[in-house]
Amino acid sequence: MSDFLTVGIVQTALEIGLIYSLIALSLFISYSILNICDLSTDGCYTLGSAVGAMVTIAGHPLLAIPAAMLSGVCSGFVTALLQTRFGVESILAGIIVNTGLYTINLAVMEFSANVSIFGTDTVFSIVKNISENEVWQNWSKLILLAVIIALICFAIHWFLGTRLGLSIRATGDSPAMVRASSINPAFTITVGLCISNSFTGLAGCLIAQYNKSTNITIGTGMVTIALASLVIGETISGKRKMPVRIACVVFGSCLYRFIISLALRLNVPTEAFKLVSALIVAVALIAPNAKQKIALQLRKRAQG
Amino acid sequence: MLKIEKIEKTFNKGTVNEKIALCGVSLTLEDGDFATVVGSNGAGKSTLFNAIAGSFFPDSGIIELDGKNITFTPEHVRSREIGRLFQDPLMGTAPNMTIEENLSVAYLRASKGQKGIFSRTGKKEKQFFREQLALLNMGLEDRMENPVGLLSGGQRQALTLLMATVVTPKILMLDEHTAALDPATAEKVMDLTKKIVRDRKITCLMVTHNMHQALDAGNRTLMMDGGRIVFDVKGERRSGMTVDDLLRKFAENAGAQLDNDRILLSN
Repeated sequence: MSDFLTVGIVQTALEIGLIYSLIALSLFISYSILNICDLSTDGCYTLGSAVGAMVTIAGHPLLAIPAAMLSGVCSGFVTALLQTRFGVESILAGIIVNTGLYTINLAVMEFSANVSIFGTDTVFSIVKNISENEVWQNWSKLILLAVIIALICFAIHWFLGTRLGLSIRATGDSPAMVRASSINPAFTITVGLCISNSFTGLAGCLIAQYNKSTNITIGTGMVTIALASLVIGETISGKRKMPVRIACVVFGSCLYRFIISLALRLNVPTEAFKLVSALIVAVALIAPNAKQKIALQLRKRAQG
Repeated sequence: MLKIEKIEKTFNKGTVNEKIALCGVSLTLEDGDFATVVGSNGAGKSTLFNAIAGSFFPDSGIIELDGKNITFTPEHVRSREIGRLFQDPLMGTAPNMTIEENLSVAYLRASKGQKGIFSRTGKKEKQFFREQLALLNMGLEDRMENPVGLLSGGQRQALTLLMATVVTPKILMLDEHTAALDPATAEKVMDLTKKIVRDRKITCLMVTHNMHQALDAGNRTLMMDGGRIVFDVKGERRSGMTVDDLLRKFAENAGAQLDNDRILLSN
């Protein structure tokens, strides 16, 4: 590695990228599979990190994981309830939940804007202390995250092949077909959003334990970042089979963090980060379209 | 047996756009009946289908299927027993899912909760799907892993037909399901439809704008106008009818000429 990109930078980018890939996978289920814009991501992520942090501080770092996922499920359930039972537009349902979650998140954090996890173990420190080996000490975080993400990816792939998973896919792919084939879209949307938001909650919990702290604004703009990762992943995978698509979402998230790390190394001021994120999303979104246009121009030129 | 009693439906009630779509439609379909439905645009054919399928609930009236009142049964529950094809071949299938996955979803109707929601499509079922696909004679049995979006309109409509009947429905409703296909493909899909309906003795309702088809297919013809069934013919009277007779009947009952340029006078 050169001085410009040290192992440490790549390692951190991968670690954060893997954690954020959970949110990208969450959007993969809600946005790509179910065709629903779930904008409650920001709030749900903060909720996961708040619940995760508080349970960890209480001395239960392992319990924090299912607790944060459960909080995500609850958030997803409310979002789904609003759109399936009460006919609220899906985007609005997400925004409403997102807004409401701000207060709930503050309440979970006992009305302080910052929470620090000190003096208690985290899943990362528990795994790190398994061995004194220096390599393990350095890489345990990344290995743990890789294992968690791999498990989640396998679980998603397995689930999407089950009857319920197929029903969820059909719900997003062809509403008319679903109505004609005994699937209750209200049910499949609810299950889908509960699952997707549980991943967002898990991501929040992991980032809280990773940073050993959380704050009320940690989720701001997270939906954009996740969307960027998702779009990068989907652009790479194209219309390939499900396992490839899932893997590419994770890869997209890591790639996104990598680009951000590069920007950091180029001394882009932190204030400009949201702009950089937005630019990356825009480029990722424009890319497939631009590719076609360029191909068309080349064809035109070849003819005339 | 499908029994509809005096169902009424008015859209946008109390506004300037008020539209009486169904006004007191009554209809009884015996088991094994195959009725064709004709009528100009806005006659209420699709509204009638939607009411039977449960896309909306009628303002008044009763719908019974095999003696069970289903007037307010939700659409997804009814669809266990009602098969449906739309005019648009893209509507009945999920384009980004494979042929096999589409069939699996359609086959969900067969498992009334006996199989867990986490179970997968088994070898036996795959073999069954393959056999069923082979009956379509389109070579789809060798393309089960292909996304449905790659198929032609005719192939998709044939697949939709298979999906709607893979579990024998109590009623099959066909809403101009061959209208968007080219003549040769339309004929093929129509032949398949007739074969499946005949072999499985499915009770069937079919909207068509092809007057020849309206008399040729099935054993009964219904004519709709202004939200009413204005003419209902079957048996000998029907077999003696020509397309001209049918058009004359329409003029008598509706007090107007069939002014729909999509109506085809012959095949």
